[in-house]
Amino acid sequence: MNMLNVGKIEEGFVLDHIKAGKSLSIYHHLQLDKLDCTVAIIKNARSNKMGKKDILKVECDINTLNLDVLAFIDHNITVNVIKDGKIVDKKELILPKEIRNVIKCRNPRCITSIEQELPHIFVLADEKKEIYRCKYCEEKAGKSASAW
Amino acid sequence: MRHLMNPLDFSVEELDKLFDLAEDIEADPAKYAHACTDRKLATCFYEPSTRTRLSFEAAMLNLGGQVLGFSDAGSSSASKGESVSDTIRVISCYADICAMRHPKEGAPMVAAERSRIPVINAGDGGHQHPTQTLTDLLTIRALKGRLGNFTIGLCGDLKFGRTVHSLINALIRYTDIHFIFISPPELKVPDYITDMLREKGITYEEVIRLEDSISQLDLLYMTRVQRERFFNEEDYVRLKDFYILNKEKMKSAKPDMLVLHPLPRVNEISVEVDDDPRAVYFKQAQYGVYVRMALILTLLNSAD
Repeated sequence: MNMLNVGKIEEGFVLDHIKAGKSLSIYHHLQLDKLDCTVAIIKNARSNKMGKKDILKVECDINTLNLDVLAFIDHNITVNVIKDGKIVDKKELILPKEIRNVIKCRNPRCITSIEQELPHIFVLADEKKEIYRCKYCEEKAGKSASAW
Repeated sequence: MRHLMNPLDFSVEELDKLFDLAEDIEADPAKYAHACTDRKLATCFYEPSTRTRLSFEAAMLNLGGQVLGFSDAGSSSASKGESVSDTIRVISCYADICAMRHPKEGAPMVAAERSRIPVINAGDGGHQHPTQTLTDLLTIRALKGRLGNFTIGLCGDLKFGRTVHSLINALIRYTDIHFIFISPPELKVPDYITDMLREKGITYEEVIRLEDSISQLDLLYMTRVQRERFFNEEDYVRLKDFYILNKEKMKSAKPDMLVLHPLPRVNEISVEVDDDPRAVYFKQAQYGVYVRMALILTLLNSAD
């Protein structure tokens, strides 16, 4: 089978080991649609470790990446930082203590449901179980139906 | 500057200080009669709650302070679409401290984030009602002489009861407490609470009938079992009497067991129990005023 060939990037990052099918959701969460940069989305690539995986290659200033958002979505993703065409760093993802405007609180009784200008803030309530709760109403965050 | 959003906002040591102050107020109310002269409490009640609002207002008046506010959203600028953030910024110019009740969960926290004065959560939807929990704790401490080393029965709707969940969370910070949860199977205490108790090694039992456990209790915390919580009418009719406290059931209770209830009581405690010296739910309302007085003083001090 022929491998799909996507060109090397000079500066940016490669997000590897994304769960198959999740790359587009990450694309939106990282707001890559709003950045004027080259992005390659590779879906269902073969992986020894995962069977199938997605990969995102982004050519941009490495400081634009919001690692907190990425860690919240899936902290098993590998972040390769590229400079001058080479991997210069592999970043470990740590669950952020707080995420802001990444997911929306779905609780219809929450104050954020009626006051539109309020930020949607979730705080890490249980690190072991990776549970985030709305800062205001303490509703548990649902990662699957969580797109902003 | 401190606010009160959640009963756990205060450490056990801070609560001890607060309760010491409340008990001192109870012992010598005259000493505090002018403690808040020239201070104003704003009661911002976006939904009616006569009992809680009057308790706050009584507390401030007892301290020699003054009160202003509104008692439902219709009579506030919220009806014109003003946000909680804007309202509290304005209230901060009028008053020294604010007690806020709001039907939306987290609204008092939004207020606290923008406020220049201490904000007390006086109930936000089904989320938190911290001054009720402080009232419960003070009542237990004042009348039992301790917070810990007892068996407490929580009876009624343990699934949806906000006051019950808050009280459990507050009590587990003390030692040697054994919980007995008395409820119909439909209204059992949520799994996340029993999981947490197991994790922390705190002992508990779950029973269906109040008669089966009342003799073991040092404290009985009653709540209402609402008809609409049941799946069907037959179950309600079959089970409801298990959760009505009457003179007959009180005969099996210890002579020093205390009966608490957050009020309003409907029919879950028969009025014939009211004269029993162990029934302390009306005293509990009085302790609610003392604890709110202590809280107002403590938070005003934190802002000075």
